[in-house]
Parts: sequence; structure tokens; C-alpha cells
Amino acid sequence: MLLLALDTATPAVTVALFDAEAGRVLAARERVDARRHGELLMPSVDAVLTEAGRRIADVGALVAGTGPGPYTGLRVGLVTAAALGAARGVPVYGVCTLDGIAHASGLREPFVVATDARRKEVYWAEYADADTRVGGPAVDRPGEIAERVADRPAVGAGTALYPEAFPGARADLPAHASASALAAIAASALAVGAPLDAPRPLYLRRPDAREPAGYKAVTPPPAEASARR
Amino acid sequence: MADEPLVLGIETSCDETGVGVVRGTTLLADAVASSVDDHARYGGVVPEIASRAHLEAMVPTIERALAQAGVAAGDLDGIAVTAGPGLAGALLVGVSAAKAYAYALDKPLYGVNHLASHICVDQLEHGRLPEPTMALLVSGGHSSLLLAPDITTDVRPLGATIDDAAGEAFDKVARVLGLGFPGGPAIDREARAGDPNAIAFPRGLTGPRDAPFDFSFSGLKTAVARWVETQRRAGLDVPVADVAASFQEAVTDVLTRKAVRACREQGVDHLMIGGGVAANSRLRAMAEERCAAAGITLRVPRPGLCTDNGAMVAALGAEMVARNRPPSAWDLPADSSLPVTEPLVPAGEPG
Ligand SMILES: [Zn+2]
Repeated sequence: MLLLALDTATPAVTVALFDAEAGRVLAARERVDARRHGELLMPSVDAVLTEAGRRIADVGALVAGTGPGPYTGLRVGLVTAAALGAARGVPVYGVCTLDGIAHASGLREPFVVATDARRKEVYWAEYADADTRVGGPAVDRPGEIAERVADRPAVGAGTALYPEAFPGARADLPAHASASALAAIAASALAVGAPLDAPRPLYLRRPDAREPAGYKAVTPPPAEASARR
Repeated sequence: MADEPLVLGIETSCDETGVGVVRGTTLLADAVASSVDDHARYGGVVPEIASRAHLEAMVPTIERALAQAGVAAGDLDGIAVTAGPGLAGALLVGVSAAKAYAYALDKPLYGVNHLASHICVDQLEHGRLPEPTMALLVSGGHSSLLLAPDITTDVRPLGATIDDAAGEAFDKVARVLGLGFPGGPAIDREARAGDPNAIAFPRGLTGPRDAPFDFSFSGLKTAVARWVETQRRAGLDVPVADVAASFQEAVTDVLTRKAVRACREQGVDHLMIGGGVAANSRLRAMAEERCAAAGITLRVPRPGLCTDNGAMVAALGAEMVARNRPPSAWDLPADSSLPVTEPLVPAGEPG
């Protein structure tokens, strides 16, 4: 079966076509531009299928990174996968984006993954090895978790942003999400009948919305008005 | 199929996830999932809440629309989507979904303008629009007078609000009166029991030297708040129905006066009114009267088609297909400030 995997939860727009039986990537694309996910994704899907000499009708399942990641970009990948799956009548699976970064690292020791959550925070998770998440995902200020992660290697673009909190940052390993890794994770799970997540976003934060304060008068009250004179 | 194309339209520019299906100028389905209740306690649309709701509702609403229309997705002649203007994050959900459906089904994609869609939707109600079309668009996000010689290629702004949109003024006045959000329906309801001439609220930009087709509702909104506050401070009851009716009268007076004048000056013998505020009963009645007096044919879609919906996008998409307009490209952007002069976002230069 062919898996089409995509992820837009990090600055990368990453797409991969994966042959589940052969266990290999047939074609992949990665473009890094945090502000153009919406524009880059479909052309990347088209390029990957064209390069592999396949058509969307050949795809047997979709795999989408579920984040966590900045919401606007994250939704592009999730709604695209959901709509492709619905229109083709094939299943859509979700995989945590940080798991993809962990898988791509290939590390065999305990480590952490951290990506940029903006607002001076990181999305992060803890791993026992490249394929075993043992904590998270969560969103925190780097300073608040620095002590906890200091002794371990750290992977992902969030670690380079806050080197003081991640002394074990591994700049040599992939910084952003990898669709190829997400596809490999999904293929392994499907092969053994292990459950996969629904393609639903891991927001981790409530939407920013404040209930309006009480009614604010446009005319100053008389006392205040006279006090100003 | 050439003149009766089957098109699915997706609208996510604000808080309604709308999906419509039309065949030519015939409405087949109009499915809407609204997140309006989630915004009510905040007194306005919260963009992130709207975007989250769009993602949840998108695919189910598309499937509901197709089922309602009784058509197979494979039979569509095209997929249209609101490319702008609107809330950036909200637009992006619809644009991404539309691309995916179009790509998966191998159908042309049309990224269209929300404002032009508000005009074109009237084809579903009253048949083909005359050319040129004179349109008054009034909603929470826009208030404009537009002249459209060709709704698929040529939409010209004659005037627009210089401050608040008409619908915004309704929301703010409703808040002053404690009527809740959204304000339009609440004020309409309240005003029925009130005297529209009870209070003489100002008519913005109606002086001899003001721009004839521009609008301003900010001063009116402030005048209403002042009047209400003065009453309250004096310990007097606020006659809510009279305030609502007098405010509504001021808005509709300016809107209809300017729209009729635009028709006269441009020599156009009909007027189309669209957008959420076009659902207002007083606006509809006054426009009816004044157009009749001026010999102008009035076209206003039923209220359900005036507010944001997917059918309007499908209606404009069908017109694009019927007139062989070039489809959009796969890199179609969501453009929160797409100018009204661009009814369609065509494919750019390759590269
Ligand atoms: Zn609208």
C-alpha cells in the first residue's frame, strides 16, 4: 500500500510517498517557509506523486502530522489530509509531529525533542529512544524545563533557539518535521495492527480569547469629566 | 454542461463553515456549520476559535452538502472557494480543503472573492444578473457600493465605509443596549416595537460636500451610546425599542439613499443588496419603497442567502466555469485583504 504523508506543524512543509510493503520512501519534498504552508503544500504533493510516477488514486492511506505546532500552519496539513482522504475514500491517520522528529534522529538513548511554540515557549516531548515517547507532548517555557532536560541530548529547532536551556542540543540532527519518518511510523504500526491516532490537532493551548470587560462608556462620567478640567 | 456547470463552493472567511452545491443558477445544497454561539460570550468573532471550528466542521460539511445535493463528487465540474477577503487563518482552512478535493477529484479549482460571491448569490434566487449590476454590500465586515459590468472579471468600487462596517455598528449598539451578540437580528427584533422617528440620530457623510457613495457609521454608533448614557445618568429609563428603531432607521436611510443615488447617476435600473445586514427587515422594506419610487428594480436574496454561505461561492464558481475563466493554481494563497476588484485569483506565472 502507498502512504502519502505530510506535515505542516513546523516551519517545514514536508511530503513523502511511502511504499509500506517495501518499507521505503518513493519520493519526498521538503521546503522550509513558516509563512507559506498553505501555498507550498499542494504543489509539493503534486511534485512527490509526479516524481514517483504515481497518481493520487494510487494512494491507499494518508498520514498527517498532528503537531503540536503553530496552529495556522498545523491546520493546513490536517485539513488537506482529511480532505484528500475523504475525496478518495481512504483512511487518514495522525502521528505526533514530535514523534517524527524523534524517529528521524535515530538516537538509541534517552533524549528530548523541542520545537518552536512561539511566545517564548517550546513544544517538547521526552523519548527513551527514537521510537519510544515516555513524556509529553507539552508546551512550556524553556527556562522551566531546563533542569529536567539538561542531562540529555536534545533534537529539533526549539533546542537551537534556546541553547541555554538545551545544552545537549544536536545541531547535526534534523531540526524540523519529517513526512518520511511519519510514514515509516504509520507503516510499522499498520503492519502489526497497532492503533494510530486520529488526524486531530494537538493544540495544547486554549485559544486566546478574553471575555470583554464590562461596558465601557463613551462619555466620561461627570465626576471624572470635572476632575480633568 | 457548458452553461449549467455543477460546482461545489466552500466559504470559511469568518465564523460560518459553508458548503454549497449549485448547477448553473440552481441551488442544490447549502450546508452550514456555524461557530457563532462559541463567540457570543466574547462579544465578537474570535479568529482562533473560528479556525478551530472550521477544521472540525470542514469535511463533514462538504459531505453533507454533497449528500443534500444528491450528486457524486466525481460529477462536479469544479470546486470554488473563498480566497479572500476575510480572517487569514479561517480562509486558509477552506482554501486548503478546496485544493485537496479539487486535486483528489482532478477538477479545476477557483479561488474567488467573497464580496463578488455575495452579489452572485442572487442568481440562485432571481436568475441571471443584469450587466452591469449595481450592488450594495452590507455586513459585519464590509459596507460598499459596487458596480459590476461582469461579475467574473470586472467589479468596480464606487464607495465604501471609511470606518465601521454597518454590521459592526449594529453589534456595538446592541452591546450598548445590552442586547447581546450578534447585534443585527437582536436590534431588528427590538426595533419592531419602537418608533423609528423617536430620536434623530445623525446620518454620516450625507452633507453636500461629502463623498457621495462612501459611508461612515462610527459617529452614529457614538451618538447612540452618548444618548443612552445621558439617559442612564439622569436616572431615566432607556426606551430600548425606540433607540433600536431610530438607530436602524439612520443606518438604512443612509444606505438606501446612497444606493438609489448611485443607480441614478450610473444609469442602472436595478439594485442588488447582499451581505448579512441585507437580512434586516427595515432595510429590505425601505429599499423596496425607495426603489419603487425611483423606478428601480430591487433584487435581495432571501435572508439565508444574504449571510455568509457556501452557495454564494458555488454560484460565482459556476459562473466562472460557464464563462471559461482560467482556474486557480495549486499554490493559490488565502488573501485576507483580497481587493474587491479581483473576483477570481487566477493562476500566476509558473515558477
Ligand atoms: Zn460576507
